[in-house]
Amino acid sequence: MYVILGKERFNDFISRLSEMRRLFAPAVLKGYNNFAFEKVTSGKEIAIKYIPTILPPKKFFIPQRETLLEFNIAQGIDAEAVVEYEPMTIFGVHTCDLAGIQCLNMVFSERPKDYNYLTRGSKIVLIGLECNEYCDEYASCNLVNATFPCGGYDLFFTDLGDYFVIHVNTRSGDEIIKEIGSFEKVDTSHINELEKLREKKRKVFGNEVPIEGKHIPELFDRSFGASVWKDLEERCLACGNCTNVCPTCYCFDIRDEVELNLESGIRYRVWYSCQLEPFAKVAGGINFRKERSARQKHRYYRKFRYPVDRFTRFFCTGCGRCTRTCMAGISLKETLNDLIKESES
Amino acid sequence: MEKMVIKDSSYRIKKAKILHTKKMTENEKFFEIVLKSGESLDHEPGQFVMISLLGIGEIPISVCSSPTRRDSFDICVRAVGKVTTCIHKLEAGDEVGIRGPYGKGFPVSILEGNSLLIIAGGLGIAPLRSLINYVLANRRDFGMVHILLGCKEPKELLFSEELEQWNERTDLYYACTVDRAAPDWAGNVGLITTLIPGVDIEPVRTFAAVVGPPVMYKFVIKELLAKEIPERQILLSFERHMKCGNGKCGRCQIQSLYCCQDGPVFNYEQIKNMSEAF
Repeated sequence: MYVILGKERFNDFISRLSEMRRLFAPAVLKGYNNFAFEKVTSGKEIAIKYIPTILPPKKFFIPQRETLLEFNIAQGIDAEAVVEYEPMTIFGVHTCDLAGIQCLNMVFSERPKDYNYLTRGSKIVLIGLECNEYCDEYASCNLVNATFPCGGYDLFFTDLGDYFVIHVNTRSGDEIIKEIGSFEKVDTSHINELEKLREKKRKVFGNEVPIEGKHIPELFDRSFGASVWKDLEERCLACGNCTNVCPTCYCFDIRDEVELNLESGIRYRVWYSCQLEPFAKVAGGINFRKERSARQKHRYYRKFRYPVDRFTRFFCTGCGRCTRTCMAGISLKETLNDLIKESES
Repeated sequence: MEKMVIKDSSYRIKKAKILHTKKMTENEKFFEIVLKSGESLDHEPGQFVMISLLGIGEIPISVCSSPTRRDSFDICVRAVGKVTTCIHKLEAGDEVGIRGPYGKGFPVSILEGNSLLIIAGGLGIAPLRSLINYVLANRRDFGMVHILLGCKEPKELLFSEELEQWNERTDLYYACTVDRAAPDWAGNVGLITTLIPGVDIEPVRTFAAVVGPPVMYKFVIKELLAKEIPERQILLSFERHMKCGNGKCGRCQIQSLYCCQDGPVFNYEQIKNMSEAF
């Protein structure tokens, strides 16, 4: 089902939405082209046109730091597994980030299920927003089929000039529409406009890398020993920025923290990165990915090869964040291009 | 922020009590543990548990007792880091937290009806002791059983009383070697690979179970292949620093495999093309 929201009513819609649950949406940050999902209460605070935020919405699904266990060791051991969550709505999620959340959903629903993630995720209402234009040269959403919406949202907004056309995808999306009310009905001219926009996008969102998505797994099958990884080794600073900003990177460390009374404490998980040196180290000091080349390679295989077998999809959503954030100028599209060149030579 | 208790959380720990400890070597200590709920751990040989010292941390440790003993289980801990060093300070009566058992162990029902060549290097004897004691408790179900054991020096030998018993048994073949002998050492000296060629087996009906330090695998596999044991029948257990045990945190990943869920026991055919495994 589709409905129409006139632009003149957008601010009112956002205010009403923020009264229902805490509302987060893309907002402008200081600095050139910097955006972040922030708490908002009015439409004026929202950047309708934005390029991918610094951190993807995964920060709401897997907080950087999250309590797993609360314990007391005053008399024996007493521990309880807990989840911290907050009902919220996230407005303005682009298709790349919706794809990222779909990837995380798959990982954390795989048995043994992660109830911390699933409980928190079930309290989040997702409202997508279509990219009418290509965000910048770092994106590669078309390569990984993330340019157009394919589920993963409750409502999906497309900006068509004077109005938004809204796809209502779920019952909780429908409840929002019913509660806020006064949407207009959609007619064929609206749908024709939507189709026209998507047709235009199909032309503009061209092939970013000279390979078809279906051939990428084979490319990686041939590239485990490629010299491209050595080249990355020479540039990579092993800072972990690329994995922090990645919408599908979810690796974590688990740590304990005790209160000053030395009786109560928590066990929590915190984002970790396969790019950091100790990540694959075991007791006795052996490191199974000691070289930065092995660690960068691992990152790329975790995006383009390993999840294909496990989940039948890429874990790259083409958002371009890893390239935008890399201090050493390592570019995902450039790496793919180099792998193609090397495999053909 | 709201908070709720999750009963089904995979991070929930079971309370357990240490029944008995024994200092085995300078670095290794043995613990017999019982779950306070009275339930059995119900593990397979080769599986591991996450042992918690709340406030200090949690680490993966192989279970070293046979699942045929159901009222308690054993672990053998080498002091190498913060958590293991603290675990060494525990004594009978102290409490620990347990999660698990986790992973795929040795597929004992598949091993039935075959001969076994069990190869342990150093601390690798710990998970293999679980398999050995399982096999001895069900001895009739298996063909020939060979146990080859290697370690650096005689003073590092673990479970020495049991080793003597194994040595005396007529229903298994036992050999032990050390890299460096002590003055009173009368046994073999040399790497564990030197024991393999002399073992008399029928390769197509033999499964090899190998656990040892990472450096050992390459050389042992070479000898086993030379004996013509099929790749699928060479079982290897890998050591990685599992943090979650649920195939999520990424710490134990060997290329596309999660050691904690897909392993830690793999057959050689599964992982022979994975350079990160070795």
